[in-house]
Amino acid sequence: MTRPSDDQLLAVLVDMVAARTQARRLWNLQRQGRIGTVAPIDGHEATVAATAHALDPSQDWILPQYREPLALQRYGPEVLDHYMLYNVGHPDGSRLPESVRVAPLQISLATQIPHAVGLAWGMTLQDEAGVVVVFFGDGSSSEGDFHEAANLAGVLRAPVILLCMNNQWAISTPLHQQTAAASLADRAVGYGINGVTVDGNDAAAVFDAVDEARKRALAGQGPTLIEACVYRLGAHTTADDPTRYVPPEDLEAARRDDPIERLEKHLVELGLWDDEIRSAVETQALSRIDEATDAAEAHPLRAEALMDHCLSVDSPRMARQRLALLSEAEL
Amino acid sequence: MSEIGSSVTGPSELTMLQAINEALHHEMARDERIVVLGEDVGRNGGVFRATEGLVEKFGEERVVDTPLAEGVIAGAAVGLAMAGLIPVAELQFLGFSYQAMHQIAGQVARLRYRTRSRFEPAITIRSPFGGGVRTPELHSDSLEGQLANIAGLKLVTPATAADAKGLLSSSIRDPDPVVFLEPLRGYRGIRGEVPSGEHLVPLGEARLAREGDDVVVIAWSYQVELACRVADALIDENLSVAVLDLRSLVPLDLAAIASVVDRCGRAVVVEEAVQTGGFAGEVVTTIVEECFWSLESPVVRVSGYDVPYPVGQLEDTYVPSEARIAAAVRRVLEVA
Ligand SMILES: Cc1ncc(C[n+]2csc(CCOP(=O)(O)OP(=O)(O)O)c2C)c(N)n1
Ligand SMILES: [Mg+2]
Repeated sequence: MTRPSDDQLLAVLVDMVAARTQARRLWNLQRQGRIGTVAPIDGHEATVAATAHALDPSQDWILPQYREPLALQRYGPEVLDHYMLYNVGHPDGSRLPESVRVAPLQISLATQIPHAVGLAWGMTLQDEAGVVVVFFGDGSSSEGDFHEAANLAGVLRAPVILLCMNNQWAISTPLHQQTAAASLADRAVGYGINGVTVDGNDAAAVFDAVDEARKRALAGQGPTLIEACVYRLGAHTTADDPTRYVPPEDLEAARRDDPIERLEKHLVELGLWDDEIRSAVETQALSRIDEATDAAEAHPLRAEALMDHCLSVDSPRMARQRLALLSEAEL
Repeated sequence: MSEIGSSVTGPSELTMLQAINEALHHEMARDERIVVLGEDVGRNGGVFRATEGLVEKFGEERVVDTPLAEGVIAGAAVGLAMAGLIPVAELQFLGFSYQAMHQIAGQVARLRYRTRSRFEPAITIRSPFGGGVRTPELHSDSLEGQLANIAGLKLVTPATAADAKGLLSSSIRDPDPVVFLEPLRGYRGIRGEVPSGEHLVPLGEARLAREGDDVVVIAWSYQVELACRVADALIDENLSVAVLDLRSLVPLDLAAIASVVDRCGRAVVVEEAVQTGGFAGEVVTTIVEECFWSLESPVVRVSGYDVPYPVGQLEDTYVPSEARIAAAVRRVLEVA
């Protein structure tokens, strides 16, 4: 096992704090009507950021669900820029540049897991090095796509890491109503793949687990299902009121195990972190997201873009619709 | 509209199934990026033998027997396409595409659109469909109307052996996702001359299967075969019946439909699917939009009924027959 270096942990913490800070900004932007519905990352920062730091962005892919983008800074500034484009409702939001090995958000739960297996399989067929990490939630792990994909990944020994962020909730449905299984990672046994549970609030532990799974995958030892146990500290989305269903005492307990506070404590002890550094990170994170938001809002869009990129060439029917759209857009 | 596709070498007499198999062999030899995946497509060569000989020739890496799970067959095809490969997936029967529909409609069809062409979904999904061969339940459903209602998919429906080969090659080479529907009754029931070697038929060009001036029967897939038999039989009654084979429903050859209906002034549209919401309705709408002032009588549809595809003893009642098509032709001609 490779423990992350102190410098790596510091880089992870910077990304975590920036993500938490920017999540607060997103909430306000949504309330101001400047962006659509978003899913806060609060409580998932260690799992997402440490995973990204355990990967090699030049060869490893990340297929997110929808909660992760703010903590994927390691994959480049384009991730945040496109996330903001997505949040303002611009179609370019899901079109990351070729060089960024991050797929767009996935709203149809668990459907990205078969894609990850196919992508990892395709990379192997072409002798490309690299692994694919796919994020999904505890609720998503009840979907058929998770089970079909885990099974196929096992058969093909695909270099894929199935990263289940078990935050105990799927909107208002608690884990015990999601499954009778004692552990989500145990399901790996049924598919003949490696399964591990990790404390998702412990950045170093997540880094280790992903690093280990990645090495196995690259060595041809097949997929790993990682269950990262966290707690959703915020609302499901900006459209949700968790006070209707989250027991306050559970939330209180989870707050005492905040992943950011935990890593801060460790790095303060090492003399690598203090309030001053933190506030510098926060200031920088806010100006960064404000910049990205302004740019997203100013990003041009023609009505005709509605018809673009559906088929490689318009069908005769679509060609007529495109003409109609252009004249109707002037009505 | 084209009469025949381009071809290089001479023809030979093949069944539709053999023609499909030939296209797969030809394409896999041509492009290393093509991967065939599905249930029983390797060792067994497919339950109908459409993929016969592929695994022997191209190996187990490129011809893959998958677990029995349609959703992940379609879903993994998306990932393979993201990796730059060209997946050709087989769904063993179209009735089981429901188990994959969330991936086909929600993911395969939208990949290009939502990523603004970052990812090119050069995916072909082949599947047998249609009735008349006494299969068990859910093996015969004609779902092309449902598929046509999914934006971002092409939908190809060959009716002859030569077209099965030429359209399949074109589908595999097409940068868009194609659902390629193969009529079960045609696998061994349709045979004809098929150009050997390279043979391409462009997507979106209908074919005039029979010349005629009095009335046109518009059809696709196996119903073209039935319509041609009707047209041939009615020659004895001095009726000149044209048959237009749409070949692909998306893209739809609007110009070909307009041209033949304008000339004949009378039209019958044949489909095997459930009538309500079926693709024949789309064709009739096209006729109304394009040719209303040329029409000399109301357009008539010959379809299945608004019931689930039935079990064996009721199949022949359900499926459009030559007699029903001929009656519809006479009906549109009765109007003076
Ligand atoms: C296939 C599908 N079903 C339902 C929904 C509506 N929905 C959105 S998020 C969600 C809960 C997801 O829970 P989980 O997978 O645990 O992820 P989390 O939000 O907790 O991160 C539901 C039911 C959806 N988006 N997709
Ligand atoms: Mg959850």
